[in-house]
Amino acid sequence: MRAPRVYQTEAIVLKRIKLGEADRILTFYTPDLGKLRAVAKGVRRPKSKLGGHVELLTHSLIMLARGRNLDIVTQSQTINGFLVLKGDLWRLSRGLYALELVDSFTAERIENRPIFDLLLSTLHWLCQVGDGNIILRYFELQLLNYLGYRPQLQQCVSCNLPLQPIDNFFSSSRGGVLCPECAGKDPARRTLTLNSLKVLRLWQSCDCATASRVKINSQLSSELEQLMREYIKYLLEREVKSAAWLDRLNKEKL
Amino acid sequence: MALRTFTSTAKPIARLIEEFNKLPGIGPKSAQRLAYYLLRVPTEQARDLAEAISAVKGKIGLCSICFNITDSDPCSICRDEGRDHTKICVVEEPSDIIPLERTGKFNGAYHVLHGVIAPTEGMGPEELKIEQLLSRLQNSSVTEVILATNPNLEGEATAMYLQRLISPLGIRVTRLARGLPFGGDLEYADDVTLSRALEERQEV
Repeated sequence: MRAPRVYQTEAIVLKRIKLGEADRILTFYTPDLGKLRAVAKGVRRPKSKLGGHVELLTHSLIMLARGRNLDIVTQSQTINGFLVLKGDLWRLSRGLYALELVDSFTAERIENRPIFDLLLSTLHWLCQVGDGNIILRYFELQLLNYLGYRPQLQQCVSCNLPLQPIDNFFSSSRGGVLCPECAGKDPARRTLTLNSLKVLRLWQSCDCATASRVKINSQLSSELEQLMREYIKYLLEREVKSAAWLDRLNKEKL
Repeated sequence: MALRTFTSTAKPIARLIEEFNKLPGIGPKSAQRLAYYLLRVPTEQARDLAEAISAVKGKIGLCSICFNITDSDPCSICRDEGRDHTKICVVEEPSDIIPLERTGKFNGAYHVLHGVIAPTEGMGPEELKIEQLLSRLQNSSVTEVILATNPNLEGEATAMYLQRLISPLGIRVTRLARGLPFGGDLEYADDVTLSRALEERQEV
């Protein structure tokens, strides 16, 4: 059977690029088709019927028509516009960071429903009160899990022996924790304090509500942030652009 | 590369076609049409076009105060004493000034950012004329800054960022109202627009 000419899907808008006079190429993340790109015609005109329904950080129901090259968005209806997220500089910036991670790590038209669910829940969590940093770290860990990059936190990645309750080392290139005996061989290792290891292990296995209940001080928070960012940078082989923006907001204390 | 395509064409024409082809939105066919059209027009008209193009590159620069595109520094708006220089309207691009001026409702000065904060594209405040805006506001008679960045996510982010930077200076910061476009249709309005239109509704 031939694929239908028009089809409908839920989608979260990840990215948009200007095209021609008033069009845009949109990148969506969908539950059944994974990441997909489509053209939205005339969206940059003020009276466009699609306009606000296909903004970044919007969960929409979209109708697409198969095109020769890229598919074309014909209708769209907002399911959740995440107004709280868009009205606050910090929440908005964290939301954009989550979008960029999903966009960078996924390939087009490869279905991965858990990632869609995770992204959608993360946007909801970011709307609620709570430590945004914890939500982002939890999101990163879970995302890596669904992508197949789950860091090994139970045993040493080199000697496979269970980790002792002491400060160990984390190696991005090995994708997990090294015990002090094996760490000497890895030049790119970084210290992983016992507290960090405990928090990471918990976050890897619990739900977000439990994860948010963890109280961490700013030192531990920044250690975890650096560690995750280094690991992600290693996997992507480049910096995550919106991370620089989060750093700047942090530095200027806005 | 492109020259090889036109081996049968006289060299000057091939070159003209190639130059037109580099312009945005002009493909090889449109470039050809334009080039052959110019061959047929009177010499003066072609010369006028050539002069207009070289004048644009020779004389045009950015105004040192508002960073609008201008042929004289400061630009005509910044020099105009009839305008209210206590109000500054902040826009993303020079082209945004044109529709604002067309309304005839704003008689203040402008400040062009030359872009917008887009974290996912690596576009940060340091690439924009934000520092220049802040130093322009310091120790000035400015009483109000109107943020007229586009009503999309990046525009909002930029507006929120600027608001946090400018408010401590004791200057009133306002944002263009967001609501329904004239001639629009409620049925197709998105939640963000419609809820803002409701929040900011007015007595009739």
